[in-house]
Amino acid sequence: MADVGQAAFRNAAPRAVDGASSGGFRFSTREAIKHAVLILGALIVLLPFYVMVSYSFKAPHEIMQNTGGFFGAQELFRDDFCIKLGNAEEDCMVRPLNYNYTTAFEKAPLIRYLANGVIVTVSIFLIQVLVALPCAYALAKLRFWGREAVFGLVLFCLLIPVHAIALPLYIMLAQLGLTNSYAALIIPWTISVFGIFLMRQFFMTVPDDLIDAARMDGMSEYSIVWNVMLPTAIPALLAFGIFSVVAHWNDYFWPRIVITGNRDLFTPPLGLREFKGDADGDNFGPMMATACIIVTPLIVAFLLAQRRFIEGITLSGMK
Amino acid sequence: MSAIALEGIEKSFGATRVLGGVDLDIRAGEFLTLVGPSGCGKSTLLRILAGLEAPDRGRVLIGGAEVTGLRAAARNLAMVFQSYALYPHLTVAENMMTPLKLRDLPRAARLPVLGPLLARDRYRALRAEVDRTARILKIEPLLDRKPGQLSGGQRQRAALGRAMVRNPVAFLMDEPLSNLDAALRVHMRAELSELHRRLGTTFVYVTHDQAEALTMSDRMAVMQDGAILQTGAPEEVYADPDSLDVARFVGSPAINILPGRIDGTGGLGALGTALGRFRTTDAQKVAIGLRPEHLSLAPAGASGFEGAVRHRENLGADVFLHVDVEGIDRPVVLRTTPTETRDLAIGAAVGIDADARAALVFDETGRRLRFEAAELVRIA
Repeated sequence: MADVGQAAFRNAAPRAVDGASSGGFRFSTREAIKHAVLILGALIVLLPFYVMVSYSFKAPHEIMQNTGGFFGAQELFRDDFCIKLGNAEEDCMVRPLNYNYTTAFEKAPLIRYLANGVIVTVSIFLIQVLVALPCAYALAKLRFWGREAVFGLVLFCLLIPVHAIALPLYIMLAQLGLTNSYAALIIPWTISVFGIFLMRQFFMTVPDDLIDAARMDGMSEYSIVWNVMLPTAIPALLAFGIFSVVAHWNDYFWPRIVITGNRDLFTPPLGLREFKGDADGDNFGPMMATACIIVTPLIVAFLLAQRRFIEGITLSGMK
Repeated sequence: MSAIALEGIEKSFGATRVLGGVDLDIRAGEFLTLVGPSGCGKSTLLRILAGLEAPDRGRVLIGGAEVTGLRAAARNLAMVFQSYALYPHLTVAENMMTPLKLRDLPRAARLPVLGPLLARDRYRALRAEVDRTARILKIEPLLDRKPGQLSGGQRQRAALGRAMVRNPVAFLMDEPLSNLDAALRVHMRAELSELHRRLGTTFVYVTHDQAEALTMSDRMAVMQDGAILQTGAPEEVYADPDSLDVARFVGSPAINILPGRIDGTGGLGALGTALGRFRTTDAQKVAIGLRPEHLSLAPAGASGFEGAVRHRENLGADVFLHVDVEGIDRPVVLRTTPTETRDLAIGAAVGIDADARAALVFDETGRRLRFEAAELVRIA
């Protein structure tokens, strides 16, 4: 709008000025292109979700032949596995929707996996906060020799991909005998440089006066971190929490490495593997149903925290 | 006995020397203002006194005891900040209770939720203390609100309340009024002075606004470039400044500086007009300071100084006339009455009448020259 207005002034042509000052809705090519690109992007992102949800409703033959639209016909079909167990054919006729979602829960201990996911992500997040807040506070508000260098290292660590250090990490954990334990899932992630960085940036915006006031009131530095900085940093913490929880809830790579035998420790993404082609062939319906169940908590959490999430990302929660 | 003493305080940030050996005695119960342009080191000095900053050299004494190495909280000083620095997540009452809790309660009783249950009586005593202070400041209706719901003036009071509850040895205030609008600021000046009289506690007040220093303080210390230029009662500093910098800084509108000289016989002259004679034989260039109230309007051609009206600043009771005088870069400002200047148009030629007895004479380095006057005239 401003661009068009300025152009109109520059041209000083009455026609252009009329066009710019008509008010209300005005078609702008620039805005239209922006939105078209964004819509296209959104479609590309949403397509796999569409497929996932759709498949979780459909019968196997509909999935294979790509028929049945979004919901599938929901006709009864024969569950071959049920027949194999020696049941009569009429007992083994199932509705695709029921079949997919009940199988998801029956074939794998999905509840257990979800519980594991909660234990792991919540522990990781809490310990990350425990570490990141004092670090961020020191980097943002305390003056000490080498502070900039330490912050430089934090930035440097942001550049290291997890996969590059996965092997040494695994070996260390194996030497300590910690593989196949919650500890193996949690410990490597407890120090989050991203968390330190994000919270440090947020703490930079907290006025120094507030900290000095707390010192005058008699708070120790740790007390300042937990009683003053933490409450003011809730928006940023929520944003970080979403990053952290999403990343570790969805993580397939690391649990796949350190959880080798014990299925009781599987996290939800590992649970997906249960449906992956064994002798019976791939079983996409229940697999997609599992996937739907796994992503639902995250999507709900995001929708609930959406506003604060955006606030935290823009770091504008505080004035 | 001085309540607070600062001795030889030096402080540098990196290569920048912020304070160069400052000495200051603050008497018990006085309202002392540290005033100076921004960057003069006044806030740093206050922070060193508070214990928020450590001096590179020098000692801080409170009540005769050295506290240089002591933590801020252990000095029993209270500070009011420019941004008020209230805890945004706590109500006003909780804000005010925080310093009391930290001072009076053992660790266990400070636990959230559990603490108030364990030490109910103590909490009640603290709450009573908070209520008493709130009554003095008339902020009782605000106690359950959070700082975000308060106006600037209300936050200011809440911050004062948080400082007052602890009965500190002294209040330190770092430009507490500069975030308020003009009318409220004038009102709060009076209120702070009254509060000081009522509490009888030492106030150390930092400001860049010389008007605040003049109106509120018992004594003021004018600072510049990390040093205290002059300390004294406001009237004394205003009327009898030790240096050109102090004279320039204190007073609004600012003092008029005329280039002048003293000849070999002690004759003082400015812009070709003789102002009087001193008992001295040192011929030198001088700067002559004349405050707006020591100048008055005269008919054009009748006096030594003449110029053209450039601007008329009407304050209602007074009119400050800005007059361009040849030989000076800045317009000369003089105080007149509205009736005198009613018919003066911009650009009109006027004469200026100076009361040479009130002239402040400074040498070329800006030091005040105090000669005995043989004869000083009122130029007319």
